Amino acid sequence: MVEPALLPWLPASPPDYRAHCADIDTMAQRGTALRRLAGHALGTNELQRLARSIIQAVNDGTAAPLQSFALGLVSNSTTDFIVPALIGSAARHGVALRVAAAPFGMTMQAALDPASELLQIRPDAILLALDYRAYFNDYALDDDPMASVSAAIAKLQAMIAAFADVSKAAILVQTIAAPPERLFGSLDRHQPGTAAWLAAAFNQRLSDEVLRPGVNLLDVEALANCVGLAAWFDRSQHMTARLPFANRFIPLYAEHAARLIGAIRGHSRKVLVLDLDNTLWGGVIGDDGIDGIRLGQGDPRGEAFQDLQRAALALKRRGVLLAVSSKNDEALARQAIREHPEMVLREDDFSAMQINWSDKATNLEALAERLSLGVDSFVFMDDNPVERAQVRSALPQVLVLELPSDPAEYAAVLLASGAFEAIGFSDEDRQRSEQYAANARRDSLAAQSRDLAGFLESLRMRGTFVADGAIGWSRFTQLINKSNQFNLTTKRYTESQVADYVAAPDVLTLQVRLTDQFGDNGMICSVIACPRDGAWVLDTWVMSCRVLGRRVEEAVLNEIVRRALAAGIGQLVGLYRPTPRNGLVRDHYRKLGFHQDGHDGDAERWMLDVASYEPAALPIACDTSTAA
Amino acid sequence: MGADDVARRLEAVFRDVFDDDKITLSPEMTAADVDGWDSVANIRLMVSIEEDFRIRFDVGEFQEYRNVGELIAAVARRVS
Repeated sequence: MVEPALLPWLPASPPDYRAHCADIDTMAQRGTALRRLAGHALGTNELQRLARSIIQAVNDGTAAPLQSFALGLVSNSTTDFIVPALIGSAARHGVALRVAAAPFGMTMQAALDPASELLQIRPDAILLALDYRAYFNDYALDDDPMASVSAAIAKLQAMIAAFADVSKAAILVQTIAAPPERLFGSLDRHQPGTAAWLAAAFNQRLSDEVLRPGVNLLDVEALANCVGLAAWFDRSQHMTARLPFANRFIPLYAEHAARLIGAIRGHSRKVLVLDLDNTLWGGVIGDDGIDGIRLGQGDPRGEAFQDLQRAALALKRRGVLLAVSSKNDEALARQAIREHPEMVLREDDFSAMQINWSDKATNLEALAERLSLGVDSFVFMDDNPVERAQVRSALPQVLVLELPSDPAEYAAVLLASGAFEAIGFSDEDRQRSEQYAANARRDSLAAQSRDLAGFLESLRMRGTFVADGAIGWSRFTQLINKSNQFNLTTKRYTESQVADYVAAPDVLTLQVRLTDQFGDNGMICSVIACPRDGAWVLDTWVMSCRVLGRRVEEAVLNEIVRRALAAGIGQLVGLYRPTPRNGLVRDHYRKLGFHQDGHDGDAERWMLDVASYEPAALPIACDTSTAA
Repeated sequence: MGADDVARRLEAVFRDVFDDDKITLSPEMTAADVDGWDSVANIRLMVSIEEDFRIRFDVGEFQEYRNVGELIAAVARRVS
């Protein structure tokens, strides 16, 4: 197996790595270059060097477009080695990380003292990096193991509660790996009070009782198991420097923590783009023919490619879109996908295909256009290093997986990359593939319809508005953090911050769902309106680009106005804060009848008089409710 | 691998750990002679040497060497 600790899905770092870092330090804008360099398989020293450049860039104000994120770190071990690795790895996920670590052994005091550095940085998330030794003894044979596990869970819950009192930060908790040494032997698993038993009981209760929206899991036990417990636990390094686990796994650990931070920030990717020849099947369809390609049982090499197809299908079932980019004869390639008896993936499984002789970067851009998604949501898998290099150079926003020469490892590398790391799994995710397929059918209906109004009527749209809903705010938050294009202010919120808005009596949070004759689009719009001087300030208005051009925004405004009238609000204040990505909504408020009225900081301010607003008739039926 | 080869390769490790291409090792060199060689960097140096040479020091051993000369000798013993 490829060595997970070496981050095999990333390309090797350039030979003149430190010179690259020094070059970046002199640039006017460094975020893009920092992220590109972070996209290599970096070791601990390389991450340390990169962290220095990132900290420098943050201090100089040149880290854009990396997004600022403050992390509080609480640990029962040394953090000196982990902090720079976290900072370097976070850049790989589009984040300029600032870290404040609680001093060793001071964890509870740090949680409770608002003057601590940990809270002074106003953390967006707090990582409770506590391992087995924070809760239990080495070589344990605990007399009252149930009580000990309860006490450990209570200790963790108390820390989380203490932080919740003083901070809105998301909390990241860790499972624990048990040291591999056994007291009895195989009996340890079954014998209450042994290390193996305590860790298993703790992890189960952590998963059942501690995790909730705003409290996310970093599954350290899974990492330790993946690389092997005997290697993970390094007693010499622990005795020498209080390292929680062997130094050489720090890049892997930091990568996993950084993924989670990226996922909280909504940076997860959505589309897996696959090459065909020697990626989805062995051989070249144009040369070998349908009967000649290697795929399926009875041939180990053929089995390897089928294994990758099964992994891709599993990703599709959890909401990842599949697409094809291949240099091939389209008719022949499609025939193979349709007719080869050992194909696991069929035409219906792909949301879009580009099979032609154009270069791959051009084809990825075409796929992005077809799917109404940015290429920054793409993961690209291709056995050919030349194609990978071309895409990396032309479209650095695409995650291009490095692949080993052995196809037996393809599926493992794909999944080890964590490209689709998620902090939740919703019905929307489950149905996403179907939603995109329905979109394609809507597009074809639009092409047939002569007039837009007639087309929209034929969709038989129904909007559902829920104000201050206690259910659905996980998706509500996900929309806020993932939307870049239809996003008026590009503010990002954690689930706990959103929960506060939902609970605040004078703040309107509006969830909008849309169904039509082709299916359920799920929640497609999030709005947050905050009161100010008798007006509502539209702090956040994001919408899924899937429903563009269907007058949904007008229906949303009708609903906001209806609620404003009921609440005695006289004015709506729309804000537009321009970013490189949201030019799409530059004229959003103008089109809706607002008039521009100066600026609010770096945002344009647009006003609408509620009393004189006249709602237009729309092709969307509306249901509305307010949660109790 | 002779002591000279070990010294050359150690020099590269030092340069990586301290991000300084001007570092030149000499047997008398100590932590006081290198910018940034504090207790944390000392551990980074130890594990970097271990990983680069694929050797392990006994626990506490690394901290006992008083200068670079002793370190080169210790590494050379392990790789020979």
